[in-house]
Amino acid sequence: MTEHVRAVQPEPDMVQLLTPEGQRVEHPDYPLDITDEQIAALYRDLVLVRRIDTEAIALQRQGELGLWASLLGQEAAQVGAGRALRKHDMAFPTYREHGVAWCRDVDPMSLLGLFRGTNLGGFNPHEHNFNMYTIVIGAQTLHATGYAMGVVRDGAVGTGDPERDTAVLAFFGDGASSQGDVNEAFVFAAAGNLPVVFFCQNNQWAISEPVTTQSRVPLYKRASGFGFPGMRIDGNDVLASLAVTRKALDDARNAQGPTLIEAFTYRMNPHTTNDDTRRYRLGSEAETWKLKDPIARVKAYLLREAKISADFFTDLEQESKRLAEHIRAGCRALPDPTPESVFEHVHVDMPNELREQRDDFAAFVSSIEEVSA
Amino acid sequence: MSEIKQFKLPDLGEGLTDGDILKWMVAVGDTVDVNDTICEVETVKAAVELPSPFAGVVTALHAAEGETVPVGTAIISVDVSPGAVAAASDTEQAPAPTAGSSAEDMVPTLPAAASGAEIGAAEERQMTLVGYGPQEGGSRRRRKVTPSAADPAAARLVAHRVLAKPPVRKLAKTLGVDLASVPASGPNGTVSREDVAAAAGSRVDTYPSSGQSQVTTRRTGDHSVRETRIPIKGVRKHTAAAMVASAFTAPHVTEFVTVDVTATMELRDRVAARRDFRDVRVSPLLFVAKAVILAAGKTAQINATWDDSAGEIVLKHYVNLGIAAATERGLIVPNIKDADALSLRELAEAMNSLTETARSGRTSPADMSGGTITITNVGVFGVDTGTPILNPGEAGIVAFGAVRRMPWVVGAGPGERIEPRWVTQLAVSFDHRVVDGQQGSQFLSDVAAVLTDPGLALL
Repeated sequence: MTEHVRAVQPEPDMVQLLTPEGQRVEHPDYPLDITDEQIAALYRDLVLVRRIDTEAIALQRQGELGLWASLLGQEAAQVGAGRALRKHDMAFPTYREHGVAWCRDVDPMSLLGLFRGTNLGGFNPHEHNFNMYTIVIGAQTLHATGYAMGVVRDGAVGTGDPERDTAVLAFFGDGASSQGDVNEAFVFAAAGNLPVVFFCQNNQWAISEPVTTQSRVPLYKRASGFGFPGMRIDGNDVLASLAVTRKALDDARNAQGPTLIEAFTYRMNPHTTNDDTRRYRLGSEAETWKLKDPIARVKAYLLREAKISADFFTDLEQESKRLAEHIRAGCRALPDPTPESVFEHVHVDMPNELREQRDDFAAFVSSIEEVSA
Repeated sequence: MSEIKQFKLPDLGEGLTDGDILKWMVAVGDTVDVNDTICEVETVKAAVELPSPFAGVVTALHAAEGETVPVGTAIISVDVSPGAVAAASDTEQAPAPTAGSSAEDMVPTLPAAASGAEIGAAEERQMTLVGYGPQEGGSRRRRKVTPSAADPAAARLVAHRVLAKPPVRKLAKTLGVDLASVPASGPNGTVSREDVAAAAGSRVDTYPSSGQSQVTTRRTGDHSVRETRIPIKGVRKHTAAAMVASAFTAPHVTEFVTVDVTATMELRDRVAARRDFRDVRVSPLLFVAKAVILAAGKTAQINATWDDSAGEIVLKHYVNLGIAAATERGLIVPNIKDADALSLRELAEAMNSLTETARSGRTSPADMSGGTITITNVGVFGVDTGTPILNPGEAGIVAFGAVRRMPWVVGAGPGERIEPRWVTQLAVSFDHRVVDGQQGSQFLSDVAAVLTDPGLALL
């Protein structure tokens, strides 16, 4: 148990720009020029993203979704990183990056089909520069690295043209950091000096496996072994996440190579709606982390330090309710897939054999009739 | 007019069939809002709170606390438009959980794409899909018409439609059997291996022989596998016979000792770091083997045989050291011939090759015969000790337990203290016809002494 207690101790070198009490602090390496209105906008992101999550969990409990991977507690890490991206940058999520999806203008409704089993991912990655959710643990870090190789070959790095220079942001978790895929991605990214930023949300638990049993050193220190910088941020601090990711993405665009960011955070909810944390971790741990809530600290700042009107919070409450209704109604209205849809999106040009199978299958399905039992 | 909606217990995991109602948070007459917690439910995967999908007034709870409820059963009724009528009386409700009842069904109907496997099959229960309860009653699907064989597309359809597992399809192809022409007798109308074999007019061995023991499952009448019957043969049969023979002929006595093996573990590290040992695995077992060989040299009775037919005890002046090895085929005990004549390096090599040979299933009968004393390394399974049964024809067997960091009292007088040390347990079983308690104890304490202080081996 002492190991686990140590895991919730902040490191002295962790970057933090907004304390859990809502005090703005400066960091010499990461100056952040941000207005109170912009902080309020980030607050809106955080609140709405949490509402999406809460609503999706309820829908799962009501039998409308098969599964949901909650991001509760990780909103700041995701929103900070998501808002650090430029439009033409590319992001590669796991299956928990609902907050990043929000920042990439993906309708939350589009995320639900995958979890309802009505589609395999409901948006076009190229429209949002946000890849499909990847279920295979860590695989997306290799996809991101490959994409970054393409960026280099397109000559879209280090030109000095902000419209052209492109960075890639790969998300993964502490559990994935033990995967071969992630380590291979590190090797290739370092060898090729690729414009990719590895954003690890260390939420302390790989399902039931604590991070302390996986690594003898803080995860961000692994980067030095691969030959690129790594740093740890307070993953519950949206400003730290924004500032550090922004700097790392800038470095990537300027041909300075990859960076590893370890966002030190906590998964407040079970791994998915199928998991039960009471079987493997102490409730007191989550209580400790409640004091570091990513949203409460921003609200405290806005109320105490910023000149934000009370209407802002009331309006946001209303907006949040409307979003929840949109999700509730929209989820139940998601169209069931046609039987033939399983043949789609595999080949760019469908081979004749597959087309034949699809047509036969369609003919077979249409020959079925309903009879009473 | 009031409008009653029912909430049916959804599949809260993936493929769960029921849940226990732990606690109701609402009662009849309570007003609930959307996502208000109505109850806590425990499934085999987790205990979770269920949020209400409706806003309204609770008119009925259909399950009691502690009750196990099948997925798809209505658990609560909520009047979502109360007030228009004074109160919804029970007689007006139709709380039947079947699809198509007047109360709105919160469990969506099974999508067509999901039910492909059930088409044409008279199954008791629909496959439980994520978020959808098993369907009881309701409608089923069947083919409208049989496609005409004259229609080429339809003919292709028939060929695709035959249900058979890939290995069966391959068998049919190999035997030149047209699957569409084979009467299907397998579950859900699938063509089984036997069907194909029958159609080919030949008896085909159901399980290609690969030297593996053949496992057949016998199904009970209700089609649930409750027992697996494994033919007793091969290593298992041999082991059983040997153990029974040993246990009921040689009177066994087992003794135990707990040993501080820190010095041995340190010696192991030094030996493993030597250039001349770089190619071999230097395990703690190697030092136990060496200690057993040395101790057996001092207590001849432990390395001996009770020859019943000759009426003699045979003392062996050589050690053929058996090492019990767990293999895929079962437990086997190959031995290292003249192990007492080997240097530590040679002994390590012999042990490496013995285990490798055993693991790859290439141990010959000669490797397993002629043993004089045996070590069983139960520690590799994380076990502390056991009471080993003698390998038939031998008079001693040593069990070597897991080596653990344990608190240990060291020093004496004012320097006495507790330190973490490497500690293990040794057990020896001996044939009491050959070995007396005093001799057996001497042997065990000799083994323990060498492991406590490997320098004693020089004496």
